[in-house]
Amino acid sequence: MTKDLSRQDRTLGEALRGQGISRRSFLKFCAATASMMALPPAMIPTIAQALEKAKKPSVIWLSFQECTGCTESLTRAQAATIENLIFDAISLDYHHTLQAASGHAAEAAREAAMKEHDGQYLLVVDGSIPLGNPGYSTIAGISNVDMLTDTAKGAAAIISVGSCAAFGGIANAKPDPTGAVAVSAIIKDKPIINVPGCPPIPGVLTGVLTHFLTFGAIPELDHLGRPVAFFGQSIHDRCYRRPFYDRGLFAETFDDEGARQGWCLFKLGCKGPSTYNACATMKWNGGVSFPIEAGHPCIGCSEPHFWDGGGFYKALSMPTGNVSENAVYAAAGAAVGAVAVSALNRAKKKKATEAHEEVTVDDLTK
Amino acid sequence: MTEHAESRFNIQLGNALTWNVQPILHEIRHALRRLLDSDQSSIIDLRSIPLAPGEEETLLDTLGSGEVHARLNALGPSEIYETRFAGVWLVTHYNAANNVIGRFIEITRLPDILQSQTEDMAAALEQLQRELENDPG
Repeated sequence: MTKDLSRQDRTLGEALRGQGISRRSFLKFCAATASMMALPPAMIPTIAQALEKAKKPSVIWLSFQECTGCTESLTRAQAATIENLIFDAISLDYHHTLQAASGHAAEAAREAAMKEHDGQYLLVVDGSIPLGNPGYSTIAGISNVDMLTDTAKGAAAIISVGSCAAFGGIANAKPDPTGAVAVSAIIKDKPIINVPGCPPIPGVLTGVLTHFLTFGAIPELDHLGRPVAFFGQSIHDRCYRRPFYDRGLFAETFDDEGARQGWCLFKLGCKGPSTYNACATMKWNGGVSFPIEAGHPCIGCSEPHFWDGGGFYKALSMPTGNVSENAVYAAAGAAVGAVAVSALNRAKKKKATEAHEEVTVDDLTK
Repeated sequence: MTEHAESRFNIQLGNALTWNVQPILHEIRHALRRLLDSDQSSIIDLRSIPLAPGEEETLLDTLGSGEVHARLNALGPSEIYETRFAGVWLVTHYNAANNVIGRFIEITRLPDILQSQTEDMAAALEQLQRELENDPG
């Protein structure tokens, strides 16, 4: 019953078995993935069958103005774990960090993959694209915008991984020196799935790829092009510290009694209420923890323009921008006016110094 | 019951509970009836149902454990055991870092994942044949 399985002919199931993954392990992967994607457990056999028969998809990964954090988060050069099993099942035909080829050979590999799988390859993009001057970021002499438009032509779908590719990210933050834009600002005629986050949770990309391979279609997307299965609920709505928020119990500084008791971090700048991601449920590093659980407020990294959201340590209820320049607040003498806020901060600082506490909110905001 | 930091502030009491434990037990009862009447299996994904801290513990304590306990070693451990109610199984999948990545209540004669799989048996047969050919002694 041995089948001579040449690389191109292998189905996903055969490819996994070729790597020593038993069918039982594969079933476990399908069960965990179904649970993660909030699919009914009755669908597990369907997922298993579909993935078993799927052809190993060709994936071309283009990296533009990025820090490689997304690749670091999503891929690991170690034995298959249940979370990254899907990455062993795809044919990653082009990836700057992971590929062995370099120079002309690498570009030739990309062009060969594009030609051979025309209309069927998945294009994954991380990093933003500079439009201010295309020369800001080039690969093999080809500008990012040219490489993107050229490679997108034959792609079945595009996945924008990370907040840079999805929304512009840090390069796009004020003063945006390179004119950085998201993939969706350039490509208008292909289905684009945004998987934002700085970086995104690995399981989210796994889920998106699995969905694509199982159903041959992109998952349901929200108004920002993000899969609803992972970005449909806010951090706030799933946060385990929510009962403290509901009861008005807040940490006022990073090392006060409230912080030690694990109270809500809203006053320390948590953007959980306006951030949609799976951090509070799926968590990070295989479900170990997430920023709020580690004691740091959510910075809202899966939302557009979070870098310019008014400061990581300013509460959502505080006005963004420089309060002292805002004549309205100063004139109104409102409780949240510049004078009141800075006075409050000064008082806290004095108390904190007396109590030998290390860091206060005022120290962190400029 | 272990003391949690939250209990000092009465977080666990009153309106923090979801009250989903009883409904799940009834769902299991209906599924077991269906299994007996028409041999139809059911699966409940525990991670899809909101449960407050402590409620999942209550549910699992109620179900208890029975005669069968199996441990799977496939891309990380999995624990499978029949609860004290025959036909009601608890399947918990862990990743290599021992984090829970899936928890299901299966109402079935035997969870599918415990059975030996056709493809694995075919590969095993080839290997056994190879080993016997290479080692005639």
